[in-house]
Amino acid sequence: MLDTVTLKKDLQRSEKKLKIRAFLLVLPLLVFVCFTFLTPVFSLMFQSVENSEIPTLLPNTVQEIADWSGQEAPSEAVFAALITDLTAAKKQNQIGKLARRINYNLSGARSALKKVARRLDQLTPPYKEKVIKLNKKWGDVKIWRIIQRENSVITSSYYVAAMDMQYNIKTDDVEFKSEDERIYLSLFVKTLLISLAVTLLCLMLGYPVAYLLAELPLKYSNLLMILVLLPFWSSLLVRTTSWIVILQSQGVLNDLFIFFGITEEGDRIRMAYNMTGTIIAMTHILLPFTILPLYSVMKGIPKSYMQAASSLGGRWLYSFVRVYMPQTIPGISAGALLVFILSIGYYITPALIGGQSGQLISNLIAYHIQQSLNWGLGAALSTLLLASILLLYWIYNKMVGIDKLKF
Amino acid sequence: MHYYSHSQRLARYSYLFFCGVVFLFLILPILIIIPLSFNVEPYFTFTEKMLSFDPDGYSLRWYQDLFSSEEWIRTIKNSFFIAFFATIIATSLGTLAALGLSQSYMPYSKTIMSILISPLIVPIIISAVGMFFFYAKLGLTNTFLGAILAHAVLGTPFVVITVTAALSNFDYDLIKAGKSLGASAYTIFTKITMPLVLPGVISGALFAFITSFDEVVVILFIGGFEQKTVTVQMWSGIREQISPTILAVATMFFLVSVFMLVTLELLRRRSEKLR
Repeated sequence: MLDTVTLKKDLQRSEKKLKIRAFLLVLPLLVFVCFTFLTPVFSLMFQSVENSEIPTLLPNTVQEIADWSGQEAPSEAVFAALITDLTAAKKQNQIGKLARRINYNLSGARSALKKVARRLDQLTPPYKEKVIKLNKKWGDVKIWRIIQRENSVITSSYYVAAMDMQYNIKTDDVEFKSEDERIYLSLFVKTLLISLAVTLLCLMLGYPVAYLLAELPLKYSNLLMILVLLPFWSSLLVRTTSWIVILQSQGVLNDLFIFFGITEEGDRIRMAYNMTGTIIAMTHILLPFTILPLYSVMKGIPKSYMQAASSLGGRWLYSFVRVYMPQTIPGISAGALLVFILSIGYYITPALIGGQSGQLISNLIAYHIQQSLNWGLGAALSTLLLASILLLYWIYNKMVGIDKLKF
Repeated sequence: MHYYSHSQRLARYSYLFFCGVVFLFLILPILIIIPLSFNVEPYFTFTEKMLSFDPDGYSLRWYQDLFSSEEWIRTIKNSFFIAFFATIIATSLGTLAALGLSQSYMPYSKTIMSILISPLIVPIIISAVGMFFFYAKLGLTNTFLGAILAHAVLGTPFVVITVTAALSNFDYDLIKAGKSLGASAYTIFTKITMPLVLPGVISGALFAFITSFDEVVVILFIGGFEQKTVTVQMWSGIREQISPTILAVATMFFLVSVFMLVTLELLRRRSEKLR
């Protein structure tokens, strides 16, 4: 007699075995990706809230200032604590790090701190007046408010800065900066607008071409496909270089314009090293990403639909818009979302051809990491960018599915 | 197709013209650097001599520049070195993972897939900065090992995608048929599985290779002088002072991409024939 219970158990056991075997195959890559990629990205996100400098380097000051009213310069006890902390920090060679940290929130704080640090040996109690005499900033409440506020190992101040906000000097509430000081939000908006423009251009140029490729007999379309695939396979750097060569003032396109008498020698058109350059080059680079998914969707639409529509008396344009186009929506959304996701994070092309006006949010992140060295702010901007990308990625996954991503 | 009226024909021709312009837009920028790399003058435009096909207008001086420069040669070698090892790591780990992912027993396959694809989705500047912070803590910045690991992980999504795609069309009955005819597991793997999956693995490997070979931002952040790749050399060349030597390098890159395209097309045709 067949024992159904043991049979079921056997089946479960063998399925579990297969599951484990499948998982073991994936495990090495999963571990590898976590170690070499995900942990770095998380460590970057952590950097955006990390605030070890003030609580660890000014432990006594932070404690003393905790119940300060914030209306006028703090008491002598706080100043004494500051001197103790700075003496310890100087021994550990950490003054520069601390000065830079406070300077992120208050420009000019760096020199105020360094000045006191240099004279530490000569200072004797009572400190308050002597320190204020060294640098007026110590008599002001601003710098003390920062020390009081940033007393924890986690801070939101980089996000406040990244969203173009600031702390109100009286109430410590978070408020938006005045409109002409909002650089990051406007750059985010600009990045979104440029990405949108590139996406729309790609669709406008790509849709008709994808239709032609899908409609032509295979022997012609395969040949024309090379013209789409060759740019797809070319190096990004090479294509950006080409566009610099073509678009710059002394470049090929301007020479052509002059040759045909469109412009004069004196007023060559500036197309490289500005936003125009960024948009043209990005459209060129991302166009294959729109054409390829559109093509594969269009290839699957039977020709008989359009024939049926026209045999029922629909004019070509009417049939095309009402019958054909709705069926290509999966291709449109796949291509458009992919291009949009890719262009929001674009770095290389704007950096090389964008000049001043064609820079995107990625370029500002690089600036804060490499030049201004405000890593916290760079990390906060990165996290905001990453969050918007992940949101779009999630939508892409819902609408298209990552398993549809093919090359 | 029949076109009944004059206006319809006109519409058709203007449509074809539009498509032609888009095709030119796609391909001309890539082709234009080839003749310019043979320019005898250090300009980035066509000289009159070039336009009249005067041989004096053309020269190989930028190629001579390229191959006689120790710095270019060193960086080209670095690029191949890093890309080679990154490809080996990406291909082996990616193929294994794809073998697991394509099995119906795989638990949480969708979630795992989105994690494995993430290096492709995260903007390169974020990956580069994250690696810069984390690899520095481990002492992996300014090392070849760090560069190879970083490039390998950037290439793995392509391997996973192409091999999974190749496996999705795989007919598992073939393995059963092989078994029923008495083939050993080894024979089945070498005679049935491998020939069918190999095209996918090779295209994945090519993708991984080109990803590493083209990559510039991550190396800019985590690589030092020793690890400088040819793309980093190009990058600084474009930023500081653009010299026509870069066009010679770009032409070489173009040849690499033609080679890639042809190889992939051949692989695709082969696997279609086998199906």
